[in-house]
Order: sequence, then structure tokens, then C-alpha cells
Amino acid sequence: MEIPYTAKIRPDTGLYNAKLGIWLFLASEIMLFGALFSSYILLRVGAEPGTWPQGLLNVPLGTFNTLVLICSSVTVVLGWAALKMNQFNKYRIYQGITILCALIFMVVKSFEYHDKFVHYFVRLNDGTEMNGHIEGNPMFMTLAKLKQQNKAEFVFHPDAPKADHKEEGNAGVAHATMTIQTADVRKLESWGPWHNTFLAIYFTLTALHALHVIGGALVIFMIWGPLAGMWKTDPERYTNRVEVSGLFWHFVDLVWIFLFPVLYLL
Amino acid sequence: MSDAHDAQAVKAAVRKYLIIFGALIVGTIVTVLVSFVHFGEEGSNTINILVALAIASVKAFLVAGYFMHLISERKMIYGILLATVFFFAGLMYLTVWSMEPVNLVHIKADVP
Repeated sequence: MEIPYTAKIRPDTGLYNAKLGIWLFLASEIMLFGALFSSYILLRVGAEPGTWPQGLLNVPLGTFNTLVLICSSVTVVLGWAALKMNQFNKYRIYQGITILCALIFMVVKSFEYHDKFVHYFVRLNDGTEMNGHIEGNPMFMTLAKLKQQNKAEFVFHPDAPKADHKEEGNAGVAHATMTIQTADVRKLESWGPWHNTFLAIYFTLTALHALHVIGGALVIFMIWGPLAGMWKTDPERYTNRVEVSGLFWHFVDLVWIFLFPVLYLL
Repeated sequence: MSDAHDAQAVKAAVRKYLIIFGALIVGTIVTVLVSFVHFGEEGSNTINILVALAIASVKAFLVAGYFMHLISERKMIYGILLATVFFFAGLMYLTVWSMEPVNLVHIKADVP
């Protein structure tokens, strides 16, 4: 049995079914991200004055990723326009760039995540607190793991002292490298989501967004590559598929447009 | 609308997409530059937050309005989005409402 209204407009809605479906799905997505944004607001406003960490994220990398997503958004719409003008080869090029942009975005994001997982907070028994890197840049090191590995000491590269709160982690001149005795350490943890409330909401929001990037890119890739044969058999339906996947991709871009200033700049 | 007419309209829209692409790039750069300027009173970044969100909203309007074709969509989609806006606004209102000290029930409950 043929699926109805995959290409033709349904008279009562004025839309083909997939378009109605994607907009309903996007409506639910708005509520999903809306709930997380409201959590962010609650956590941020509820924090003691002056305690909300700022300057923990890499602004140039975040800006670069924003530009990459904007670029991918325009290639998606240009790809759809190319199909509308019967220019399949142009569509292939534009959507190829979209997929490449998605890959670049994820690679940059993984560098950012890695940077956090090799960055550590250390509290010594005498109350001294420091942020910095352990020699060799191990990921997810903990005090328990150090003891398990029978490491009596480790080399630590502390961050530069804070010039002010907004420049936490990267201001001024760095302290000299030091060797810390494991027995002197009271607490050691990487800058993962467990480290503080800001990083918890940062990882939650950006990881959920990254999952959307991966999902969207996979769908666009499937339509672009393995399912491209439909262009010859049913070009109108194929164009509709490209439009629907494009709508999802633009939504992913929209979410990032708000995430970037909220997490990186404010 | 005939296919030829449709293709003609899309061809005209391509130029618009490229202009919006430029506007989005400029918007991103402005967002970053503005974040280095402190507006308002010392110790308060309320105005900075409002400025950043205003720029983000303009960018979002450009993406949703033109790339997603919302400015010329069917009534059915407007209806769906209107319902979403209603619930989203309700969610945000509840968030702000719950932050009012008088509504923090769990804090008031600290009686012996």
C-alpha cells in the first residue's frame, strides 16, 4: 500500500505529512531544550553572588563552531534550493559541505571536552586549592586511581592565577610546575560534569545538542548518499525529504545560537 | 504554482539566503565583541545578558523566518508553534515564579 501525502499536499492541513510531522517533533524539541534552559536559569540565579564560574570555556573555539553551524545551515537551504531548480549535482556539493561542517563541529567539540577532562582541581591537606594539568594529561584521574596505581607523587602544572573571576583558569602568569605527593592530596577531580554546577549544565546541554548534531548529520548523509536513488524515481518526494531533514538541521543551529552566548560569553 | 514559476521563485530566494548568511556571521561577531564590553552597573551583568539574548533572538528570527520559511508558512504550522510558544512561556513563567522568595516552599518549611 502506498503511503499517502508523501509528496502531494494533504487538503485539510495544506502540507505534506512529513512536514507536519517534523514541525510537531520540533515543537516537542523546543519544550525539551526549554526545560533545560529553565534549569540553567534556576541554577544560575540560585547561585550565591559571585560564585557562578565564568571564563571556563574556550571562546574562540565556541565562536568557530558557531560559524561552522551557520555555514552548514546555509548550505542545507542552498542544497534544497538546488533541488528545486533541478540541479542535483549542486545539491550534492552543498549537502556534502553540510556533512563536512557537522564533522568539523563534532571534532572541535571533542577537543573542548577533552580539554575539560584533562583539567584538574586539586585540594591539598593544608587547604591549598589549585586548578591545572597533570603531567602526561591523563583523563578522569582521581585520588583513588592514583593510590590504586601506587603513584606516590605526580607532576602538576597549575593554571595562571586569576586576574578576576571572569578570567578564571587562563589569566596572568602561570605558577611553576610542581611535584605533589599523593599523600598530601585531599581531593583531585577533573573538570567533568561532576566538578561544579556550571559544568554539569554545560555538559548536559552541549551533549544533548551534540547528539542532535550526530542524528541530523546521519539523516542528511543517508538522504545524500545511500537513498539518493529516489531523486530519479520520485524527485518531489526526495526534495521533501531534504526539506524535512533541513528543518531539523536549522533547529539544531537555532539551539546553538542561544547556547553559545549563554554558556560561553555570559 | 507551476514548476517553472516555483524554480524562478527559489532562484530569487537564493540571493536572500546569502544575505542572511552574511547577517548571521556579522551577528555572531557582534555577539562576541559585545561580550567584552560591560554595560550597566558594576557587579551586575543584566544588561549584557539582555543584549546577548537580543542579538541571539534576531539571529534566531533570521534562521527560523527565512531558512525554515516560517514567514510564509501554512496556518497549521503557525497553530502548532503558537501552542508551543504558550507552553514555553508558561514554563519560563513558572521558573521565574518559583524563584520569588515567597514561593520557595522548601525554605519556609525549616520550622523546628
